[in-house]
Amino acid sequence: MRHVLVEDLRKTFRVAERDPGMVGALRGVVRRRHRDVQALDGVSFAMDAGELVGYIGPNGAGKSTTVKVLSGILVPDSGQCEVLGRTPWRQRREHVRNIGVVFGQRTQLWWDLPVVESFELLRDIYRVPPAEYAERRDEVIALLTLEPLLDTPVRQLSLGQRMRCDLAAALLHSPSLLFLDEPTIGLDAVAKLAVRDFIQRLNRERGVTVILTTHDLDDIEALCSRVMVIGAGSILFDGTVQGLRDHAGSERRLTVDLADANGTIEDPSATVVSQEGRRVQVRFDPDETPTPELIARIVAKHPVRDLFVESPPIEEIIARLYGQDYA
Amino acid sequence: MSGYVAIFSARFRTLLQYRAAAVAGLTTQVFWGFIRVMIFTAFYASSSTPQPLSVSQVITYTWLSQAMFRLLPWGVDLEIRQMIRSGSVAYEMLRPLDTYTLWLTRGIALHAAPTLLRALPMLPAALLLFGMQPPVSAAAFAAWLTSLAAALLLSSAMSTLMAILMLWTVSGEGIGRLMMIAMGVLSGMFIPLPLFPDWAQSVLAVLPYRGLVDIPHRLYLGDLAPSALPGLLLFQGVWIAAYVAAGRWLLAVGSKRLVVQGG
Repeated sequence: MRHVLVEDLRKTFRVAERDPGMVGALRGVVRRRHRDVQALDGVSFAMDAGELVGYIGPNGAGKSTTVKVLSGILVPDSGQCEVLGRTPWRQRREHVRNIGVVFGQRTQLWWDLPVVESFELLRDIYRVPPAEYAERRDEVIALLTLEPLLDTPVRQLSLGQRMRCDLAAALLHSPSLLFLDEPTIGLDAVAKLAVRDFIQRLNRERGVTVILTTHDLDDIEALCSRVMVIGAGSILFDGTVQGLRDHAGSERRLTVDLADANGTIEDPSATVVSQEGRRVQVRFDPDETPTPELIARIVAKHPVRDLFVESPPIEEIIARLYGQDYA
Repeated sequence: MSGYVAIFSARFRTLLQYRAAAVAGLTTQVFWGFIRVMIFTAFYASSSTPQPLSVSQVITYTWLSQAMFRLLPWGVDLEIRQMIRSGSVAYEMLRPLDTYTLWLTRGIALHAAPTLLRALPMLPAALLLFGMQPPVSAAAFAAWLTSLAAALLLSSAMSTLMAILMLWTVSGEGIGRLMMIAMGVLSGMFIPLPLFPDWAQSVLAVLPYRGLVDIPHRLYLGDLAPSALPGLLLFQGVWIAAYVAAGRWLLAVGSKRLVVQGG
């Protein structure tokens, strides 16, 4: 079943600009300058029920704008969009009843109230029947181990605790589609793993469709079978994580720990990417120079303590999609 | 419980917690009340021309308006202001609720809770100690309460409109300041409206602001008869409807061009 269908979505923002300093501020009083920013420049994609899609891109690429259009907050300039059979901004109230949204940088909980009171408010706002609410609440409390936090005012929670509570809050009305906008931003390793694990279980066990935007590529590798990359308002890549790697070509990285502290590696088919003390990283194309051959050559020429081969990090692959040089 | 009622009661309860602010506000209002009472007393003592209100009526009007100070839309709901500045306003749009009704609900809580906190201790004190008179009749008292309820709605519709205007100006300070001065003078908050010169009366009579202070308190004094209540409620009601219509329209326009701050 189709859950999300987006066709040729476009959205432009007008941004007021002024020159820096006092002169700029005064000039701005007399005449305002505006610049048009094309946040979405023809975005199209489709998602089936039960998919868990990673949506990545640099700051300002249009990730959050897409999420806000899909969740009914922003009205696009043009384009078609159907989420769970509705146009989000035309049928906003019916639409938001069936989706859950978490913005990692903001909370939807009431700052001054204990967590459990925020949950009860959401129960009333979404008109969740009491029995269903109790069942759902106990379930998310158990999954996210929220029991000790329930009576704490939200303002006293740590970021990781707050994020777990926010995830719970977005699920109390049993949405079948969940938008997660940078849910792991600023979290420590333990909290990140807890959030990741929860998202995975939600998707696998409950079949909730998830769109996850993130800067953390570990999130994507851990969770998503499918990944979409957006840059400058359009989709640059849409496919599997493996497909994204293949997109980058066959390049490999060889990291060598030299025995000689002042040594370097010189080889016609390997280019040095970085060198920190004894550790040297080179890149090479295994189609031209088979990996064992290169290793044999290097080991023959230089005394080596240790070495290993890996694929280039996914950050670099994505940076290459954006047409920037990552190094 | 409906979503609106739930939000109203949560907001109301939160606002009732601001006891230190209430004590500070109460002290300030009592202080200014005494200054106003002294000015009016001196003014009446030095004037021989007959005035539309007696001294004791003006004193009563003064204490009533001091006690109900926070009923007036003195500014935009701080919570909405922060939401717009930080971009959390996005979550308001994610509720399966009508955003205008939601903000009006917040507005009612914003004005009702601090008014109750201040008026409940202040009115008995003013009645017993500061020379305020009781209502002229039970009917006048009932008319006063009814008209106050309409004033609460009118005030909330006004501050909601200001909040919506913030979708255009983000900071909203400027609008707030201008509005505050005009409203203070034109509502009767600073000087009872009957004391204004005749040429001003016809203007004051059509402006919405007298619905906030002057109408309810003159009903209390009996200066406006309880039998005039239906007409006065109609006046307040028409202005409430006008503010609600303007707010709804602006919000509909504003949400189409909404820019959510901070990505």
